[in-house]
Amino acid sequence: MLKYILKRVVLAALTIFLVATITFLLMNLVPGGPFVAEKSISEQAQQALNEKYGLDQPLIVQYKNYMKNILKGDFGLSLKQRGRTVTDIITSKFPVSARLGGLSVLTALLIGIPLGSVAALNRGKWIDSVIIVIATCGIAVPSFVLCTVGMYTFGVNLGWLPTFGLTTPLHYVLPIFSLSFYPTAYIARLMRSSMLDVIGQDYMRTARSKGLSQFISLFKHALRNAIMPVVTYVGPLLAYTLTGSFIVEKIFVIPGLGKEFISSISNRDYTLIMGTTIFLATLIILMNMLVDIVYKLVDPRIKLK
Amino acid sequence: MTKKNPISFHLSVEDFMPASDSEKQELVQMRPSVGFFRDAMIRLFKNKVAMVSLVFIILIMIFSFVIPNYYPYTYNQQIRGSEYLAPMQFSDQELARREAGEKVFPHILGTDNLGRDYAVRVMVGSRISLLVGLIASGIILIIGSVFGSVAGFFGGWVDLIMMRIVDIIYTIPDILLIVLISFSISDPLAALSKLPGFQWIQIVGANLISIFLVFALLYWVGMARIVRGQVLTLKQSEYVTAAKALGASNARIIRKHLLTNCIGTLIVTTTLQIPSSIFTESFLSFLGLGVAIPLPSLGSLASDAINGLNTYPYLLLAPAILISLIILSFNLFGDGLRDAFDPKMKS
Repeated sequence: MLKYILKRVVLAALTIFLVATITFLLMNLVPGGPFVAEKSISEQAQQALNEKYGLDQPLIVQYKNYMKNILKGDFGLSLKQRGRTVTDIITSKFPVSARLGGLSVLTALLIGIPLGSVAALNRGKWIDSVIIVIATCGIAVPSFVLCTVGMYTFGVNLGWLPTFGLTTPLHYVLPIFSLSFYPTAYIARLMRSSMLDVIGQDYMRTARSKGLSQFISLFKHALRNAIMPVVTYVGPLLAYTLTGSFIVEKIFVIPGLGKEFISSISNRDYTLIMGTTIFLATLIILMNMLVDIVYKLVDPRIKLK
Repeated sequence: MTKKNPISFHLSVEDFMPASDSEKQELVQMRPSVGFFRDAMIRLFKNKVAMVSLVFIILIMIFSFVIPNYYPYTYNQQIRGSEYLAPMQFSDQELARREAGEKVFPHILGTDNLGRDYAVRVMVGSRISLLVGLIASGIILIIGSVFGSVAGFFGGWVDLIMMRIVDIIYTIPDILLIVLISFSISDPLAALSKLPGFQWIQIVGANLISIFLVFALLYWVGMARIVRGQVLTLKQSEYVTAAKALGASNARIIRKHLLTNCIGTLIVTTTLQIPSSIFTESFLSFLGLGVAIPLPSLGSLASDAINGLNTYPYLLLAPAILISLIILSFNLFGDGLRDAFDPKMKS
């Protein structure tokens, strides 16, 4: 087990290092550097700026400094939001995205798991068909379609829900709905097939023949085993909500990290792009690693190599 | 030979007579043999959902690849005076021309802010989305199957190193990298497109190329894992040993024996890859990192429609519905293919 954990940690560290390197190289691929697009900038001013941000040094030195600073958690100054460090921007924007993402993940799990179980337990009945249809459609509808259609019907047309910002609980309804719809559908499908698999197992028949009630046999035996595939999906789910927040935050004008990332790209704020990318990538990679390790710990049936 | 003794060892002569023609005929199998591929096709044709999706996909293909060529409007033709027309509405100039007895083709889905016919833009947009899905899946198929089969076939440390590479790429967050790559290579590509021989870049658009690049760099890992798993079991088969004994080269064994035998998996995985590629493309186009203006894509059409959502909601409806339907039908068709090619995998 220790060997497995070690392997995963090394792999994650390697991936994070790779992402940081790729980010650095890609940002240096852009010709002319970050200050060329700036209007009417004198030769001296440009040189001074380059010196200030260390851009006059050779690439390898820049890379070394950059890596050193990242390890310290220092992503440098934002190029467009004068006087603010990237770390400062990330720490102030991330809680908003984290709250939205966390609530969406929770919603997806709390709706998806019961939905899938109900479908499996009523296999072949009308309720099963309804859930299957909803889940199949849910996987096909892109989040931006859901956002815009939801915004139009409930926000503009009916006027029930606010369409931008994130101040009252009511503001959370539409963003969470659009962000959690796809994962809910996916989890429901996953849960349905694994539940069908589990209730056909021998130990389920044993549990019933021992005289356990339907309720206990379902919750103590079936659900605990059937939930395992969903656990493996939590990693990708977190990645999905984090990147999905780009669109949701853009449409609903939510001041989170996703919106910051997209606007930093259109503003060509190089340091902010680099910082946000590495931060989000590290977060996703670490979460995936944790989920994988937890999965192996929880399910003793999985053999370790 | 009067009475047969049950414990006698005497053999009956008749048992050793040559079989008559009628007896031979009885042993011939009555059913014609059904090959693997035909068997799968028969199962597929029985699947109603998959067939409906297939018909829908073909219809969409006709609408996006054939009809725009014969349509009276083109996707980038701006008609003065007919900005923001509602569906089936005519502008004043067009009404005047109709009065004069001219035939004017109606704007079935209205027009957009620059007076471009929306119906043809949606059709061309779905053409782009479909093309991206198909080409990206092709790239993924080629890279993934070659990588996976080489890793699985050679095994040992080759497999170990190749699969560690796959593991690392698998954990890189894809969307982040796509956004980053399309941002950083758009300028170099624009510079490249000015050189002779590279003009095609301008037509395709730097963003679209970066999307393909990212698919080629990142998305093949899923395919590689699946192919490797198949090859690991297939390479134990006798026909591979036989081919080896006959002196076939490794490349030939991979090409002729291993890859042809996992064709079912390849078809299914590629088909299921198409909707996810379309999904990603529309996501990027929506963020403004997709196809180059004035080329439309379903994602960029929906993105443009948001700005006028309060006044012109119908501009959002057509691309939104179409993209969902395209992804849905590809998903359902892929599921049908999977059930047909591999009934064991059915969930």
